[in-house]
Amino acid sequence: MTNVELQQRIDSEYRWGFVTDIEQEPFPKGLDETVIQRISATKGEPAFMLDWRLRAYRHWLTRREPGWATVHHPPIDYQSIYYYAAPKSGGGSNRPKSLAEVDPQLLATYEKLGIPLREREALAGVAVDAVFDSVSVATTFKAKLETLGIVFCSFSEAVREHPDLVRQYLGSVVPYTDNFFASLNSAVFSDGSFVYVPKGVKCPMELSTYFRINASNSGQFERTLIIADEGASVSYLEGCTAPRRDENQLHAAVVELIALKDARIKYSTVQNWYPGDAEGRGGIYNFVTKRGECRGDNAHITWTQVETGSAITWKYPSCILRGDNSVGEFYSVALTNHHQQADTGTKMIHIGRDTHSTIVAKGISAGHASNAYRGLVKVLAGADNARNHTRCDSLLMSPDCAAHTFPYIEVKNPSAQVEHEASTSKIGEDQLFYLRSRGLGEEDAVNLIVNGFCKEVFKELPMEFAVEARKLLAVSLEGAVG
Amino acid sequence: MLQIRNLHVAIGGKPILNGIDLTIHPGEVHAIMGPNGSGKSTLAQVLAGRDGYDISAGSVHYLDKDLLPLTPEQRARAGIFLAFQYPLEIPGVANVQLLRTALNGQRRARGEAEMDAIDFLEYVKDKLVLLGMDDSFLYRSVNEGFSGGEKKRNEILQMAVLEPRLAILDETDSGLDIDALQVVAHGVNSLRGPERAIVLVTHYQRLLNYIVPDQVHVLAGGRIVRSGGRELAEELDSKGYAWLDDKAEFIEASP
Repeated sequence: MTNVELQQRIDSEYRWGFVTDIEQEPFPKGLDETVIQRISATKGEPAFMLDWRLRAYRHWLTRREPGWATVHHPPIDYQSIYYYAAPKSGGGSNRPKSLAEVDPQLLATYEKLGIPLREREALAGVAVDAVFDSVSVATTFKAKLETLGIVFCSFSEAVREHPDLVRQYLGSVVPYTDNFFASLNSAVFSDGSFVYVPKGVKCPMELSTYFRINASNSGQFERTLIIADEGASVSYLEGCTAPRRDENQLHAAVVELIALKDARIKYSTVQNWYPGDAEGRGGIYNFVTKRGECRGDNAHITWTQVETGSAITWKYPSCILRGDNSVGEFYSVALTNHHQQADTGTKMIHIGRDTHSTIVAKGISAGHASNAYRGLVKVLAGADNARNHTRCDSLLMSPDCAAHTFPYIEVKNPSAQVEHEASTSKIGEDQLFYLRSRGLGEEDAVNLIVNGFCKEVFKELPMEFAVEARKLLAVSLEGAVG
Repeated sequence: MLQIRNLHVAIGGKPILNGIDLTIHPGEVHAIMGPNGSGKSTLAQVLAGRDGYDISAGSVHYLDKDLLPLTPEQRARAGIFLAFQYPLEIPGVANVQLLRTALNGQRRARGEAEMDAIDFLEYVKDKLVLLGMDDSFLYRSVNEGFSGGEKKRNEILQMAVLEPRLAILDETDSGLDIDALQVVAHGVNSLRGPERAIVLVTHYQRLLNYIVPDQVHVLAGGRIVRSGGRELAEELDSKGYAWLDDKAEFIEASP
């Protein structure tokens, strides 16, 4: 197979690049305190929320964009972004009370994405809180969850209905001063998901949110807060797609997880934002802060991510292991093709005694893409017997792509055991010939090799997500071997 | 079944095969022997469709069709199988997954129904017995962490599962101890049949004690310098390849 043939095959189309024509209700472009006040007022927020937003905004003004990641992009003009866009039928006091009131075109969009809400309600046992641009449109299964005392709703609703929980936990893992993008998010976040699982309750179904950026030139700043009280457990799925557009769009989300004593949170992401075209035009800038804290003893947080989209991904789902005997895990597949750039990894902060963390990161680069793993394992002085195992593998699919690994290890306790394994390999012509000589077509051969490479991560995903992840990899990699 | 006529092959401008002529009929077992660098493995790879070889002259017909334009997967689906001298590792892919994907891909291409997981498992278990392998082989990653002997047995397992019409075994005997050699030979022998042809590419005569060929060809300097029956292999074994050199040069010099 020649490079020219390969290059031709690399142009696999983004299948989710349709735009739904729904009247939008945008605020004026740009950001100042008035815009923040309007966002807060539109959502009917209590005073503490507005106050928090404004403090975040004022802090943000003092910060500069981080420059340390191995990503490159033209300067972002933060005054040319719409900070709030809600579908007209869904905004403010006109919020639909049930699925029947939701704009049918919006529901059709979800159909195209493969998440027919009604069907899911009946068949899959997945409660979906769908975020369409900025307002959470439909929340299913709520009633059933309510009987268990589980709160699963849009962030806006949580602010109104459960202000004490929000006030107690918001910003307690990712403070608004954390980093440039987290500050911006804290000031302007428009919606997101909220989950509270009370003491001793095991959430009986996977909770799921599909994020989708629709409006042109609108940043999406969602905020997710998940609290598992003592002995509780919950598995949360997040899937993302965005339509095709020529300009770049900013996505700066914050996710906070809090696991109290003996609690368990599993957070799985399949991220498929629009990656830009084959020449690197357009695509989402995905600058996301995700962090979980094992706040009590024996708590357990697992991040699993499959990142195939976005022009730029800047994301480090992390765990603060504060409770003794707590466990943090990070399983990641990051695939970059064409001119995509990813700088992703995790931070494992060992504070409590006998804390364990596992990191498995698989990076796949094709085309002219760049893929970096950046990870920190930090063992504080009090973290006796902390253990970490890191495995970090890169697979190169073309002569023009790049893979980087930046492991940082800081150990302040002599009883710690920290292991780091890393490998870089190029998808082999020999391997491909071997499989083809058994009768597999070239793309099947590539998929088999890539799926084998990602196996340790895929097995951590809930079944239906694993299927979707495999499909996404196959689509993203059509012909991407060189 | 296979007709090779005047095949010339070069790699990067360097001639490797200089006019191979070979005819193989269904049911026959041919051994291709020769010293290192004589072009044995190149011939095997060219037949399986590997890229990177410059075929400057000659033709190859398989089942009366031109073989050379076909991709490796098309050749495999048409019933050609190459057992690799150095089988590749595919980390994270279970052996059983590759076997079933390959078999079903070939069945699909032939217009046959695919085998479901349960039927396939039954089918493959008989083949495992044939090669003295236990079930755990199925669930290990393809060739990953396999010993040399296990890799070779695994190649023959793939052959047994895929039931090719023309099997080419490239140095399948190299690196095998005598016990493993007997197991592999038993597997190959049990696959002999009137419809199937087998080509054994080997450096040593040893394998031919266990898999008795119908014809032996000696490759030297990119040409078949002698063909004969099994006794030719024994002659080589006693005299070594050195005695061929004169002959190869003689052919080289002749018009």
